[in-house]
Amino acid sequence: MKKGAKRWAIVFLLPTVIAFCIAFLIPFIMGLYLSFCEFRTVGDAQFVGLQNYIRAFSQDSDFINALVFTIKYAITAVISINVIAFFLALMLTRRIRGTNLFRTIFFMPNLIGGIVLGYIWQLIINGVLYNYGYSITSSATFGYWGLVILSSWQMIGYMMIIYIAGIQNISSSVLEAARVDGASSLRTLISITIPSVMPSITICLFLSITNSFKLFDQNLALTAGAPSKQTQMLALDIYNTFYGRIGYEGVGQAKAVVFFVMVAGIALLQLYFTRSKEVEH
Amino acid sequence: MKKINFSNILIFVLLLVLSFLFLIPIITVVINSFKDQFFISQTPFVLPNSNTFAGLENYIKGIADTGFIAAFFWSLFITVCSVAAIVLFTAMTAWYITRVKTRFNSILYYLFVFSMIVPFQMVMFTMSKIANVLKLDNPIGLVFIYLGFGAGLSVFIFSGFVKSIPLSLEEAAIIDGCNTLQSFIYVVFPMLKPTAITVAILNTMWIWNDYLLPYLVIGSDYKTIPIAVQYLKGGYGSVDMGAMMAMLVLSIVPVIVFYLSCQKYIIKGVTAGAVKG
Repeated sequence: MKKGAKRWAIVFLLPTVIAFCIAFLIPFIMGLYLSFCEFRTVGDAQFVGLQNYIRAFSQDSDFINALVFTIKYAITAVISINVIAFFLALMLTRRIRGTNLFRTIFFMPNLIGGIVLGYIWQLIINGVLYNYGYSITSSATFGYWGLVILSSWQMIGYMMIIYIAGIQNISSSVLEAARVDGASSLRTLISITIPSVMPSITICLFLSITNSFKLFDQNLALTAGAPSKQTQMLALDIYNTFYGRIGYEGVGQAKAVVFFVMVAGIALLQLYFTRSKEVEH
Repeated sequence: MKKINFSNILIFVLLLVLSFLFLIPIITVVINSFKDQFFISQTPFVLPNSNTFAGLENYIKGIADTGFIAAFFWSLFITVCSVAAIVLFTAMTAWYITRVKTRFNSILYYLFVFSMIVPFQMVMFTMSKIANVLKLDNPIGLVFIYLGFGAGLSVFIFSGFVKSIPLSLEEAAIIDGCNTLQSFIYVVFPMLKPTAITVAILNTMWIWNDYLLPYLVIGSDYKTIPIAVQYLKGGYGSVDMGAMMAMLVLSIVPVIVFYLSCQKYIIKGVTAGAVKG
């Protein structure tokens, strides 16, 4: 079996592996190398050591500002998305009439693309703020909350689906036993429901944290960083460094490497922590 | 018993209010797409009246300005071809690297998993340059790039499922005279169908809405729907809000049609994909 299969390696592996190398692996390795080079196009790279990394942090405060803004945004968005999604899931697992319709509606925004979402919410938020003489680009606070509301609207449905699956997996005999023992519904929630859905919580936190850090389309469409780059998140700052200013390609690539290390680090750390919680219960 | 019913009614009302809040943004955009462009940004929550009603004018103008029809077909072409390529080729790869244990194959597997956590910005510049040099900067080349980019998640999901298929069926097929490719196509792939639907749904949701990758690779010659919408905003001139609203509505309609017709699979796919991811 194994020997027979080996002869077919080319047929089974080649298309995916070549595409993977061209679209991901080679660009990734080149990207790592180029972050230590000065270049305009890929061909004229000159090794400059850590200079790009130093420039990324010292030349202007854009990168640091974007980092701070991204972290602030991510904390609020992750909490708001997960808390609301979890309570929606609780409400939608009580066999209430219309559950399917509600689930359909709450999930729908998730399928709309980031660019379209950004312009939808720009209209809504500007429409509300106009009554007070402002627009979304008047202050970074508006952009900040705009992004939080937008991504909550988009992601809540997705996380809700995952929480619903988790809650439905709790065996009804455990819940019945709790009821017989006279546990209040708050007690049941804290002692049974939340520990039982820990795997769902891990997944949802993982997805919402990485998504928040990588947010780009919504940021571009909603505010594009206005006013004066104050609502610019990391991904958008990297994009603008690459394509917005000539001579900064190396700095852009260095920022991208820092960004990658951060996203990967946070994802792994978070997985490690919540997984260790899962084992306890 | 009565108390439970009462709280269920409360929850029902709360859910009703929340779903209305969830729908407001979409409803507002639909309403405004029929209003004259100068009456949109300041009073979006006012219904059109005989003075501000613009009929289908915004739609006609938006379609003409952005080349929406072409964008729709490019989006459709790229999404359908990429998803088909991803489902077929990554299923083959996942089966092969799960069944044939060599050092090379396990390194490959970990590289695929690794690629899932790398943000696009890391490879954005170099990848679009390589695509340019290799003449992949056309819709067909883009399909190839999506295969490479989607490979990580899709191989990962397929591999998890292949492990649970008993070997005996494949061995029986080989004994009956199938070669490896035939046994994959006639025996393995049909069993992978539920996973294939999950992979197809997750990749469709990603590729249909993707903006930056197609913009960088083919954006100067071809527009997909997100590129067409962003194009309206481009430059420094003022945006035609009417055309913008019409384009937003036209972008949402295919998504909602897709959603309502495959809802069962989408919900299943999201759950299965998340549990394995």
